[in-house]
Amino acid sequence: MKGLKTFSRGGIHPHGRKNLTNKKEIVTADIPETLIVPMAQHLGAPAEVVVAAGDEIKEGMLIGKPAGFISAAVHSPVSGTVKEITDVYLANGMKSSAVVIEKEEGFIPAEKTKSDSWKSKTPQELIEIVKDSGVVGLGGATFPANVKYMVPKGEKAEYLIINAVECEPYLSADHRLMLEKASELIEGLRIISKMVEPEKVAIGIEINKPDAIEIMRKQAEAENFDLEVVPLKLKYPQGDEKQLIKAVTGREVPSGGLPIAVGCVVSNVGTVNAVYEAVALGKPLYERTVSVTGLGVKNPGNFLTRVGTPISSLLEACGGIIDNPAKVVVGGPMMGFSIYDLDTPVTKGTSGILILTDEESGSGSRTACLSCGRCVSVCPMGLNPTKMFKFVDHDDYDSAMQNNLMDCKECGCCAYACPANIPLVQGMRLGKKMARKKKVS
Amino acid sequence: MINRVIYAFLSVGILGGALGLALAYAAKIFAVKKDERVGALEEILPGVNCGACGYPGCSGYAEAIVMEDAEMTLCSPGGAAVAAKIGEIMGAEVNVSSEKMVAQIMCRGTRETSKTKFEYDGIQDCNALHSSFGGDKVCPYGCLGLGSCIDVCPVDAIAKTEAGYLEIDRDKCISCGKCIDVCPTGVIKMIPYNARHIVACNSTDKGGVVRKYCSVGCIGCKMCEKKSPEGGFKVENFLAAIDYSAEGSRAEAVEVCPAKCIIDLDVVE
Repeated sequence: MKGLKTFSRGGIHPHGRKNLTNKKEIVTADIPETLIVPMAQHLGAPAEVVVAAGDEIKEGMLIGKPAGFISAAVHSPVSGTVKEITDVYLANGMKSSAVVIEKEEGFIPAEKTKSDSWKSKTPQELIEIVKDSGVVGLGGATFPANVKYMVPKGEKAEYLIINAVECEPYLSADHRLMLEKASELIEGLRIISKMVEPEKVAIGIEINKPDAIEIMRKQAEAENFDLEVVPLKLKYPQGDEKQLIKAVTGREVPSGGLPIAVGCVVSNVGTVNAVYEAVALGKPLYERTVSVTGLGVKNPGNFLTRVGTPISSLLEACGGIIDNPAKVVVGGPMMGFSIYDLDTPVTKGTSGILILTDEESGSGSRTACLSCGRCVSVCPMGLNPTKMFKFVDHDDYDSAMQNNLMDCKECGCCAYACPANIPLVQGMRLGKKMARKKKVS
Repeated sequence: MINRVIYAFLSVGILGGALGLALAYAAKIFAVKKDERVGALEEILPGVNCGACGYPGCSGYAEAIVMEDAEMTLCSPGGAAVAAKIGEIMGAEVNVSSEKMVAQIMCRGTRETSKTKFEYDGIQDCNALHSSFGGDKVCPYGCLGLGSCIDVCPVDAIAKTEAGYLEIDRDKCISCGKCIDVCPTGVIKMIPYNARHIVACNSTDKGGVVRKYCSVGCIGCKMCEKKSPEGGFKVENFLAAIDYSAEGSRAEAVEVCPAKCIIDLDVVE
């Protein structure tokens, strides 16, 4: 363990439980009869619907066009008919318009063949392809990938860092991706390198995935690609880009700044695969790997799932769930959202679905703050969560902002560490929401 | 010995007197000229410091009127009477035709009368609850009942009733509009102070849909329009609204409303 790299400030060691799925190969999930494809699957402006009820559409066709610079295209995951355009709630509790698609009878997904034609394209053309394919960051933040890969004039990307940390407990989709698609990932890295033109390419992997570290090293060597595989000490939230940059390069991204400010571009390993599929296979992003796991699900596993698949359909593929789960969480247990409606669709950002039992969800009743300072010591951003929470609790959003509320990225370390069960993260979210509301009005 | 005491008294006395005179002189010479109208305005403003005018408290508003030519009609608690007085002090004509308005919550749905879609155990704040799937109530339009409006009301005009819904006391309300700003569902609306009736529902869903999730929601049946034709009732988007300029009786409508969502504010339940 000694000598391994990690970030310096705060962090926690939650129970892993990755063994539920990390030996399970990725299985292609059945495509349900009806898919609900939301328009707000990414950070930024929701896409604009460009189809109408009754339209016949084909797999991979554009159904939502980007509505702004920070926005992303949405494509149809199947061939079929548009049943209606409606509003749905997404897993994060937000409302979004969505295209409901009735799958055509006897639909068989198109076979995609690999092409090398990208090698003759310019970086700008490649970024256009990534944009037109609706590729977003698949680590969870779903930031449009084309914006990330467009290095601003006057800046230089020294490092391209691939995020394969997967520090959230339970999840193993990225882990499996590396084991099963190492060759595709290397090709994806070549494509991204052409766009970003980094001096160095590194991949950060936590040491609970020794087989992935091994396979990435071997694959890079076999394909003669200069890749620095960086094994990292286990610590949450190392998968956040700021912590990952600190761990790999020792640099610290300034408050409110982007990774490029310290010469880094960070991309999730799932995104690398999506870029590979978009550029080399000509396949827009409408499919991703989802870990369906937790003690409440009968046969946990990793599923290659089409965007818009209702969660209930995935749970069927796992042999169903136990009778009275305590919580159904979409995302990881630290940063995910608990949902009430099992027909909520899988989106581009859905990394996992957890069916948690009482034993796992471990909620307790809230008591008063003990001023023990545990939230302060675990905060990876060096903030004072209890102080900010108190300001929010008293509707003093200005003071919360002065205590750098906007630097909080809701990783959940504070709430995890709090012995008084104070809903700190929810408080931060509320504070940010109200501060933004105030700014607008 | 006694001399020493006298010297002490004398020296401190003379020093004090001289410095006092110097201070009095300085106060005259360096006096900051304060427009006396600011003081006069502070006198007549209500002094609740609600902030509805957009300035930091009543004295902030008084200064803004004199120094920055702020609008003279911004004081909602004071209403027309205060606006007229401001005009008098400033020597300007102020036209205030609007009557006094008060806020009312257009929903009487509690967790008993309205269905919920999930159990919520997070922060007891309407905006936090609303971020999760628009709230735990199936009805997306109604009052969430956690009382964020109670917290922001500067005059304690809002309270939770025993039945479980929130109610605004029209005699206490100063129409500052803070509750309207904080409410995530937009269920609070301004009505004339003299109005006796409200339609306590904000749902624009069809009648059949409303019935499924709430027993006290407006189903848009138009009975009020028919029974109290003079009362100014108008059903639009499956939701009844009252045109308060109509002066006819609304008693019949209160009687016949099947959901009992037309409320007579003068009747204490």
